[in-house]
Amino acid sequence: MNQTAPSEMAEKDPKAPPERSFGEPMLTVDNISLSFGGVKALTNISFNILEHEIRAIIGPNGAGKTSMLNVINGFYHPQEGTITYKGNVRRAMRPHMAAAQGIARTFQNVALFKGMSTLDNIMTGRLLKMHNVRAPETGVWGLDHVLSFGAGALDFVTQCLYWGPNEKEEIRQRTYCEEIIDFLEIQDIRKTPVGRLPYGLQKRVELARALAMEPELLLLDEPMAGMNVEEKEDMSRFVLDVNDEFGMTIALIEHDMGVVMDISDRVVVLDYGRKLADGTPDEVRSDQGVIDAYLGVAH
Amino acid sequence: MADANALDTFPKLMRHNAKVRGDRPAMREKDLGIWQTWTWTQAQDEVKAFALGLQAFGVQRGDKVLIVGDNRPRLYWTMVTAQAIGAIPVPVYQDSVAREMAYVVEHAGAKVAVVEDQEQVDKLMEVRREVPSLETIVYQNDRGLRHYKQAFLKSYAKVLEEGRAVLAKDSGRYDKEVDVGKGQDESIMLYTSGTTGKPKGVVLTFDNVLTMAKAGVEFEKLTDREEVLAYLPMAWVGDHVFSFGQSYVAGFCVSCPESGATVMHDLRELGPTYFFAPPRIFENLLTSVTIRMQDASRFKQRWFKYFLDLAKRVGEKILDGESVSAADRFKYRLGEFFVYGPLKNVLGFSRIRLAYTAGEAIGPEIFQFYRSLGINLKQLYGSTEASVFITIQPDGEIRADTVGKAIPGVELKLAEDGEVLFRSPGVFKEYFKNPEATASTKTADGWVHTGDAGMMTPEGHLRIIDRAKDVGKLNDGSLFAPKFLENKLKFYPNIKEAVAFGHQRDYVTAFINLDQEAMGSWAERNNVSYASYQELATNPRVLEIIEGHIREVNADLAKDPQMAPTQIQRFLILHKELDADDGELTRTRKVRRSTISERYETLITALYDGSDQAHIETHVTFEDGREGALKADLTIVDLRAGEGRKQAA
Repeated sequence: MNQTAPSEMAEKDPKAPPERSFGEPMLTVDNISLSFGGVKALTNISFNILEHEIRAIIGPNGAGKTSMLNVINGFYHPQEGTITYKGNVRRAMRPHMAAAQGIARTFQNVALFKGMSTLDNIMTGRLLKMHNVRAPETGVWGLDHVLSFGAGALDFVTQCLYWGPNEKEEIRQRTYCEEIIDFLEIQDIRKTPVGRLPYGLQKRVELARALAMEPELLLLDEPMAGMNVEEKEDMSRFVLDVNDEFGMTIALIEHDMGVVMDISDRVVVLDYGRKLADGTPDEVRSDQGVIDAYLGVAH
Repeated sequence: MADANALDTFPKLMRHNAKVRGDRPAMREKDLGIWQTWTWTQAQDEVKAFALGLQAFGVQRGDKVLIVGDNRPRLYWTMVTAQAIGAIPVPVYQDSVAREMAYVVEHAGAKVAVVEDQEQVDKLMEVRREVPSLETIVYQNDRGLRHYKQAFLKSYAKVLEEGRAVLAKDSGRYDKEVDVGKGQDESIMLYTSGTTGKPKGVVLTFDNVLTMAKAGVEFEKLTDREEVLAYLPMAWVGDHVFSFGQSYVAGFCVSCPESGATVMHDLRELGPTYFFAPPRIFENLLTSVTIRMQDASRFKQRWFKYFLDLAKRVGEKILDGESVSAADRFKYRLGEFFVYGPLKNVLGFSRIRLAYTAGEAIGPEIFQFYRSLGINLKQLYGSTEASVFITIQPDGEIRADTVGKAIPGVELKLAEDGEVLFRSPGVFKEYFKNPEATASTKTADGWVHTGDAGMMTPEGHLRIIDRAKDVGKLNDGSLFAPKFLENKLKFYPNIKEAVAFGHQRDYVTAFINLDQEAMGSWAERNNVSYASYQELATNPRVLEIIEGHIREVNADLAKDPQMAPTQIQRFLILHKELDADDGELTRTRKVRRSTISERYETLITALYDGSDQAHIETHVTFEDGREGALKADLTIVDLRAGEGRKQAA
């Protein structure tokens, strides 16, 4: 972590990072193992993510980075190990529950609704925050369920109308989305169908949708893949700003070592499903195991 | 002694507007996707508080206040705020790099800067290390600035709060300050982009700007119901007069776009009645319409072509009130309903009453296209030193190749060498701290040298040919006006920029810059693959197309005995786009000839030594300030081969 810059230093370099302080571990993974049939995707992985930090997961192709993210996200269910999220221990959860608990993510291959506009895509991120929309209930099929179904049907009817509480709700949600649009500087594509946008912008829209969920933990799967230098710089800036302005905790997977080392607070390195190293960018950079994994070992 | 009741300064005009049309909108800005409006009264209230706030932070009469940022209501108000307390606003181009800004800050001796956001704050903090005279930086948008703890940084809100506190204690103070101001005071300092040498600070008085703004308002009968979108740099004199001066004089509302990228959307939503754009923007709009029509269904394309041909034939006549047959009039009405109306709506020109273009020559076809749709597009000629207006085309006397007649109050004459001189109430006071330049531009009896070579048409309209100093001679003694040739080339949508050479040479040659949008669209339709501008520029089929254009230009030149010797004999397509960041263009995108001659000396040599290939390595600056090198092998096309040199008919 960076030391506090003395005042003359700050005078010299306006961009000098301020002192960063982190809270308690928000998420701890302990001894996670995941296999698909005979293939061991992850073996005994343990690390934690502190509140408010930018945590990077790196590794060569096939190292298990995305599998790790899928485990945190609740998409994959590990055979062994536990995940502690905000004090609750669990082995696995369903993705929509992860979403309800404040975990949002973006995907390596952009997963947006291509025919819908940027704004509509971002609005889908607000779904769980809508007041008049009932989140799917769990439990046994019973009176509760029938009642909630009835209420849901009533919601459906009122939502078909423009006026009334839904108008207010729509305005409330739209305001939040517009703030994100402003934040990510995508005003000019607000009404453009996402499918017509260049890749770099689609990635930004995806980030916007994840932000619309107001998550506490944001998982980014290769946010800068396939971008040119300028787009990467913009995206790095946005990731840092999200962390700073919204105070979100961020876990990101990235191939571009330069970017990772620049923006993350701590880095965990995976290789062949095993944890190779864990520490600050400087520690990781000088780790012999990491150098070997990335550059290869002489035979 | 200053007269408190005379409306001879902008702060007084603002007070007047707040009194007589207090509930009318003064400014709009799109925020979070919704247009926010401030009335004259609300604007006046904020300016009052901000003025006293700035004063509380040490701004005094005569101080220079730097203003940097996109077009924002609060930055426009900063201008009038500074003027209210006797300070002089100095707007700076928002895309200037720190080095350029440092020059202005130092030269102007600015103590305070009011800027838009973090980007500008970062630049000025860099400037401040070299030029410590800059005491305070006030920022409007605090995003990303949370961790900036420096004491010289203040938020706009903080200054406003301070000002409100002062206002609560002493409510008459603002009015007293405003009353002190008078017409002869310096109202603003604008730095000219400067095609040669360092920028010069043009000092204009309230009388200068107000008289000319008023003259324009009266000439075009503008009212307080006009709708204007302010999207051109605030540091440019045109924006200062159109979006600031005339708004205060006529009392109309000025709207600021959401961001630079949304201008076209905002234009469409707003539907301005009074609009200014340099020719480049009209060209780009037409190019994008053409490209989109190429993707339309065949039926629509034919429909579009039929009505556009009709408009070409009768549209301009109808606009100028000439006689047109009843059948054509009826068909034009149909066309308005089916084609022109929807097209104007898409472009945001539905309500336009008056549109200006200036700065460069506009292609006759582009000019005619807009006029034939019923848009009253006119050309004007002006300069920073004249507080914009020198000549305007009066309604009904509009031609593509002139810039119109001198407007009331302006005197015009041509020097022996063809240079245009003018005298008017708008003539600038001086170049700041540069008496030599002032003396060489402004004669003792008030005539100003424009540096442009022009001629008068028989109807009394002014026609500009080129910069006077750029007009040269070929070795055989014939006149060579590079810009005249370049403009002819640039009228082709495929050519974005051209640079012609020929002074003290045997024949004329040219560099060409492709228009990547138009050429890229051609490549897409013709299955030509390319990865970069450079690849497109070296494609043999692209060379063929450009060669065709140049042959057409030459054929056109051959018709004019005076211009025939300046036909282009050899040319090449540059491997990179000319860029202001590399100093090849000015910030207003005018070609800097000397810089280009220096940077591409090897290419110019190759154009004249008969070789058919040239190798070049250039140093480039990327947008983020990093630098790199570009290498390329360029093909030189010789138009003399085979055909022989065309002689004048």
